[in-house]
Amino acid sequence: MSVWRDVIGQDSAVATLERAVTDPASMTHAWLLTGPPGSGRSVAARAFAAALECPRGGCGECRECRTAVEGTHADVDVIATEGLSIKVEQARELAAMSALRPSVGPWRVIIVEDADRLTERAADALLKAIEEPVPRTVWILCAPSLEDVVITIRSRSRHVRLRTPPAEAVAELLHRRDGVEMPMAMYAARAAQSHVGLARRLARDEGARIRRRDVISLAGRIHGVGDAIGAAADLASIADEESTAAAAERDTAERQRLMEVLGADPSARTQPPHIRSQLSGLEKEQKARATRHSRDVLDRSLVDLLSVYRDALILHSGAALGLVNQDSLPIVQGVARSMSAEQLLQAMDAIGTARERIGLNVAPLLALEAMAISLRVPR
Amino acid sequence: MTATATRTVPPLVLISGPEAVIADRALGATLDDLRAVDPEVEVIRLFAETYEAGALGMHASPSLFGGAKCIVVADLDEAPDELQEDLLAFLAAPEPDVTLVVTHKSGQRGKKVLDTLKKSQARVLEAPAIKSDRDKTDFATHEFRAAGRRATPDAVRALIEAVGKDVRELAAACQQLVADTTGTIDEELVARYHGGKVEATGFKVADAAVAGSAGEALRLLRHAIATGVDPVPIVAVLAQQLRQLVKVGAAGRGRSAEVARDLGMAPWQVDKARRGLSGWGPEGLAEAIQAVAHADFEVKGGGRDPVYAVERAVLTITRARTGR
Repeated sequence: MSVWRDVIGQDSAVATLERAVTDPASMTHAWLLTGPPGSGRSVAARAFAAALECPRGGCGECRECRTAVEGTHADVDVIATEGLSIKVEQARELAAMSALRPSVGPWRVIIVEDADRLTERAADALLKAIEEPVPRTVWILCAPSLEDVVITIRSRSRHVRLRTPPAEAVAELLHRRDGVEMPMAMYAARAAQSHVGLARRLARDEGARIRRRDVISLAGRIHGVGDAIGAAADLASIADEESTAAAAERDTAERQRLMEVLGADPSARTQPPHIRSQLSGLEKEQKARATRHSRDVLDRSLVDLLSVYRDALILHSGAALGLVNQDSLPIVQGVARSMSAEQLLQAMDAIGTARERIGLNVAPLLALEAMAISLRVPR
Repeated sequence: MTATATRTVPPLVLISGPEAVIADRALGATLDDLRAVDPEVEVIRLFAETYEAGALGMHASPSLFGGAKCIVVADLDEAPDELQEDLLAFLAAPEPDVTLVVTHKSGQRGKKVLDTLKKSQARVLEAPAIKSDRDKTDFATHEFRAAGRRATPDAVRALIEAVGKDVRELAAACQQLVADTTGTIDEELVARYHGGKVEATGFKVADAAVAGSAGEALRLLRHAIATGVDPVPIVAVLAQQLRQLVKVGAAGRGRSAEVARDLGMAPWQVDKARRGLSGWGPEGLAEAIQAVAHADFEVKGGGRDPVYAVERAVLTITRARTGR
């Protein structure tokens, strides 16, 4: 049993990191882990931290290992943000903290989970601390790709690239860690395109599976312009449903908690003004979060839709690659029959354009409508 | 529809309704009538925002020198509890020499005071909201008639197109025309005063674009941009109008009320979309919607010139309407 157990499908990266733990000559003071979303960047970073703190080099069982992986170890600091960026004030605090000696373990480890969200000024504030850290401090920065990190940080750290893990490895992890039945795990891993977190959600939540199926079944159903507008409205409402389902519970809990803190009477018909203003502030925050979340969900739906056309293209070319939508073969075959390879590529382009537009704040429904119009297939 | 007061004013007056111009006039007319009876009348204005408890009672109590008073309480709909209580106390025991005028825009607040006022036989002057073009036409026509002037329907229409956005501005424009000109007010006269000024909104741009008249749509678009309308809402309206065309077109025939219920639209929107659909084919609509989506991308930072992006979308829409 090893601390690297949950870092799946990343043999070469794990080998590099393990060597750094055992061989002082391979160790350095700042690491930059990059990999696509869901590839397990933060899991790898925590495992690496655990291995550094563990007296046996990452046994996965001792107290050091467990606390480091959970993020409660005294010398391991995990910085993640729910907002859009990490601000310069936070970065200055980090720089000051990095100068402290470790208190219990051999290393002080600072994990920045969203190094891509460092603002330029925040990154500047960290430069000195990352370039010349005190002897027993290690920085582990995580980001989706090298291009997302400011160049001055990039040049001061050692790069380790994680790849998208194979679907089999993800399914195996779901089976072992979360106790999901193997066929279901395999379906979820393929459908989530190896995004570990997503795969777990698909495997456990029937609603998520139904919504995904609704999305991919849109692919062959759009014939006329009227269908396209309808399909776009469907897509938008599926995303809305998904994000409200996720947010509703948390929003009420937060509201209750705030009322308790303020000593407000929850049964009162109207609250006094100072409490009202606090509540409306909270609602505003929740609304901003919901907007971001529903965009994320929409983007994921579009990736799901994209996977159908990708599969159809694979059927066309006869390539010996695994299909993402193995379970919905009839839909994929239908799309492959009714569209030429060229049309499939155009459809994939249209979906990509819609994702880009939604990312740039174009009204989601309008972007989806324009996309759905390009996805029409002759009846 | 406008409120006018007759010569004698009862001790209680309620001016009720959201339209500020009409309410102001009703108040002015009431005060004029009071002054006609007694030029020395003392007018005291109390405002909901700055009201301090007891002020009403203090002003209402008879002064050493006697004389009539008029207390104007503005915005009962925003009144704090103290003001409402003081008003109720006053209404329970009114002072003989005091005329009380209360204005109330809309809403439930101050309902108890309203009911008591009505029960005490207060004179109620209505100031209804002026929103639709028809309301505005009626308002302007009435303005001219009240001044003893005749205006042609075309003149009224042109005037509303030019300054119809704000009722206060419309009222001022009517007064200016009455004061500065003689004879019948016709379209030419309005054009001399307000020529070249058009209150263009995104909706008017979209209507012209959907109707296929490129020149008209571009002219309105330029007017809208010049008077400070942002390109973003214009694009949103274009998208909405085209979306409704497609939806209504796909819904097939059927009574417009039913279609409206199925699509979540208002019946008049369905009728309008049906009229607009002539000249549109599916391919044309597809092209138009894609052009609008591209324009939305460009006005939100994807392109360099937002105004040009909208103009191009409008041109594409008018060109796409060829019946394909």
